[in-house]
Amino acid sequence: MTRKISIEINGRLAEGEVEPRLLLADFIRDVAGLTGTHLGCEHGVCGACTVQLDGRPVRSCLMFAVQAHGHRVATVEGMAPDGDTLSTLQQAFHESHALQCGFCTPGILMSMEAFLREEPDPSPASIRAALAGNLCRCTGYQNIVTAVRLAADRMQSS
Amino acid sequence: MRGTTATIGHVDLNGIGSSPLRKEDWPLLRGEGTFVADFKRPGMVHAFVVRSPFAHARFTRIDSGEVQSAPGVIDVITAADLPDRGRPIPTRMFKDEGANRYLQRPLADGVARYSGEPVAVVIADSRYRAEDAAERLHIDYEPLEVVLDPDEAVAAGAPLLQPETGTNVAGRLELNLGDIEEAFSQADLVVEDEFRIQRHAAVPLETRGLLAEYDQTTETVTVWGAAKIPHVNKKILLHMLGWSDERRVRLVELHVGGGFGARGEFYPEDYLIPLAAIRTGRPVAWAEDREENLRATNHSREQVHRAALALKKDGTFLGLKDSFINNTGAYVRTHGMTVPGLSISMLPGPYRWPAYHGEYRSVVTNKTPAGTYRSPGRFEVNFVRERLVDMAARRLGLDPLEIRRRNLLSKTSFPFDTGTLFDEHPVVYDSGDYELLLEKAMASFDYEGLKRWRHEAPAGGLLRGLGTAYFVEKAGPAEREYARVELNSSGDVLVFTGTASVGQGVETVLAQVCASHLGLPYERVKVVHGDTAIIPEGMGAFGSRASMLGGAAVMQASRELRRRLLDAAAEELEAGPEDLILTSGGVSVAGAPSRAVSLEKLLSAHDGVLKVEDRFVCELLGFPYGVHFAAVEVDPETGSVHVHRYAVAYDIGRVINPTLVQGQIVGGLAQGIGGALLEEFAYDAGGQPLAASFMDYLLPTAEEVPYVEMLITEDAASPLNPLGVKGAGEAGTAGVGAAIANAVSDALGQDIRQLPLNPQRVMELARA
Repeated sequence: MTRKISIEINGRLAEGEVEPRLLLADFIRDVAGLTGTHLGCEHGVCGACTVQLDGRPVRSCLMFAVQAHGHRVATVEGMAPDGDTLSTLQQAFHESHALQCGFCTPGILMSMEAFLREEPDPSPASIRAALAGNLCRCTGYQNIVTAVRLAADRMQSS
Repeated sequence: MRGTTATIGHVDLNGIGSSPLRKEDWPLLRGEGTFVADFKRPGMVHAFVVRSPFAHARFTRIDSGEVQSAPGVIDVITAADLPDRGRPIPTRMFKDEGANRYLQRPLADGVARYSGEPVAVVIADSRYRAEDAAERLHIDYEPLEVVLDPDEAVAAGAPLLQPETGTNVAGRLELNLGDIEEAFSQADLVVEDEFRIQRHAAVPLETRGLLAEYDQTTETVTVWGAAKIPHVNKKILLHMLGWSDERRVRLVELHVGGGFGARGEFYPEDYLIPLAAIRTGRPVAWAEDREENLRATNHSREQVHRAALALKKDGTFLGLKDSFINNTGAYVRTHGMTVPGLSISMLPGPYRWPAYHGEYRSVVTNKTPAGTYRSPGRFEVNFVRERLVDMAARRLGLDPLEIRRRNLLSKTSFPFDTGTLFDEHPVVYDSGDYELLLEKAMASFDYEGLKRWRHEAPAGGLLRGLGTAYFVEKAGPAEREYARVELNSSGDVLVFTGTASVGQGVETVLAQVCASHLGLPYERVKVVHGDTAIIPEGMGAFGSRASMLGGAAVMQASRELRRRLLDAAAEELEAGPEDLILTSGGVSVAGAPSRAVSLEKLLSAHDGVLKVEDRFVCELLGFPYGVHFAAVEVDPETGSVHVHRYAVAYDIGRVINPTLVQGQIVGGLAQGIGGALLEEFAYDAGGQPLAASFMDYLLPTAEEVPYVEMLITEDAASPLNPLGVKGAGEAGTAGVGAAIANAVSDALGQDIRQLPLNPQRVMELARA
């Protein structure tokens, strides 16, 4: 049994004939071909697969693709304004050495972008609290906190 | 931190000592990275590994009939299908003759010895359908008695994993330096105890994965998803396949989502997936899920020590004794005796010891096999030794740092031959000024201020404690590394290295080394690694070796390339090489820019590309050293440990990229915090893993990892390599278990003997 679904991903319509059990993450990666969204645990803890559904961060490993039918999804591939520029948050990560292996980075960028919309002037403690929903095994988080704060400064002054 | 940026011809090279933006970041930030699960090949199919649900079980029959006929299934592989029923996977380091009796074969054959052991592989047109089909595999398991605890494994009458050997002891070693009995007989004080380090593991965020493809025309197999040691694993795969022609196997590294010791070792799947590709003629992809990863990928750290420290009233150390058991799990994997071997050789640490006795037994049990994890052996023994030192300090009424200072090896001792061995190489501390680092750390982190903080009474019944740990790290194993540097007439530089990327920034660092020594800007240098078809040899990335050995090879090749280029230009321009300036455009005479020759012209004799190879060899290891300070507040009601301040001082010999060194230290420390406070692979009595998801196996989040203060010094350059560097990867992890345990001991007034210090354990101690 399959169902025909269409999901708007980064402003483009992705369509597929899918089994109801297909995870949203697998739809994004294998049907839409956007492999920047990573799977780190497939049970909703690590946050590597975080995308935004109608502007809110969700774990794409905890949703079925059919549940996202007719909704808007944003993934890391849609963050940068163009091929030669990074978004303010991506640029801050680059300058702050906020990534090492980069596997968790797309999920963290998705979470933190949404967080900064809700809390544009966060303290380091509140950044850490928000970041606690994403696991990173390389950086120890310190430079991620710095990067999020740097991005907040730049977003506020622009 | 000091850091000079080399400049030649007024161009900022972003070389050694500077922190240019990383070369690796751009695709990773944009979601354009290619991790192995992102990599696809036409006609690709999917493998699922069926694993034993029992920790110890016999079976005689695997019925795969229903699987074969399930929708989408292409192939099913069991031990009976393997040539020789699967060759044992060999050890690649710290070999031990006796340990060869405990090697793992790719698939369990009649007996499964841990929950998670591969017993079959199902290949289907999707991962979903492969997993569906695997449920129809029938195996007549008959559970056997299990042995889990290292002490039980050596007890008389214990169940044996390999009954024909008559023992669960896979390897043992004894080391004796000086007269230990004499030392203990002269002691004013002996402190002794039993210390346990819990089983935990590297757990990189990206699980393991592979994609293998067989070309029937050329009879070659290509494996994408290699990591850490592609060239070493290529040889192992050839051996496993029984092939001799090296050209028939190619391993390719893609983006790698963290390594930390575990990822990139040769596992059963590293043979089974290429084999599946050969059998099916289809590209075969495989990726672990997290539950598999936590049961199948190397565990580490589980040891029990009985140790004793003998000393004089004034705190002078007389002798150190330790007998420990290392639980290596169900099989001896590729690391052989690396972990217990490093434990026994590094236990003495930074101190003077008139006598030392160490002995280990490394035992097999019905748990997941173990290997190395960041700072292997040292995280464990630093906990043991530094706890004993604190226990002695308390008994003698000495300041914990003062008792350490009195026993540190003096600056004039180096090079210092410890008398211990690392995989048959002598452990000779190459350089150091241990006392200087301690003084600098105490000043930089305001030790006196921390002591005042310790004695203030906090609100809410919290208990404050201070803990420190002094340790020696080791860096730069596997004695040789390859580099080739190529310059083309456009001024672009390619660096080929035999090291690998596990996310640490090796491309950035090696480009900096090249920039400094070739004299062309970092931005023009591209680093290529991890493809056995285009890089002739390499020893990879582990043990904090990439900058030391890989860096030295790149430095030498870059220098030689510069020399050859300038010699050619000197002839052309009729000037001395020392008067010449190299830029990306060409070479000119200093002060006379019109006297110039283009790279195009200089390289025309070399078909437009000048290439220089180097093989750097260094049989001895580098020994960086450091000290950790932890200040904690413990809540005796809830058992929670809050890290108020954490500081790391580390002498690294020489810093190539200050930002990346700091990144390594904080990241390593986060893993150490996991090991000290949270992470534990617990098992039930039947050998079922109780932490097989991230709900139960707790990695530290941004709320548990403290802000880390750092002092990186360059007071003791390594004489072993021309860069003077020592390796940055493991210092953040090495001392955390020890420093946190000492701090919690100080807070509670109770001796800590066991990690992790999770709330339950801390509450029990607080009530004791």
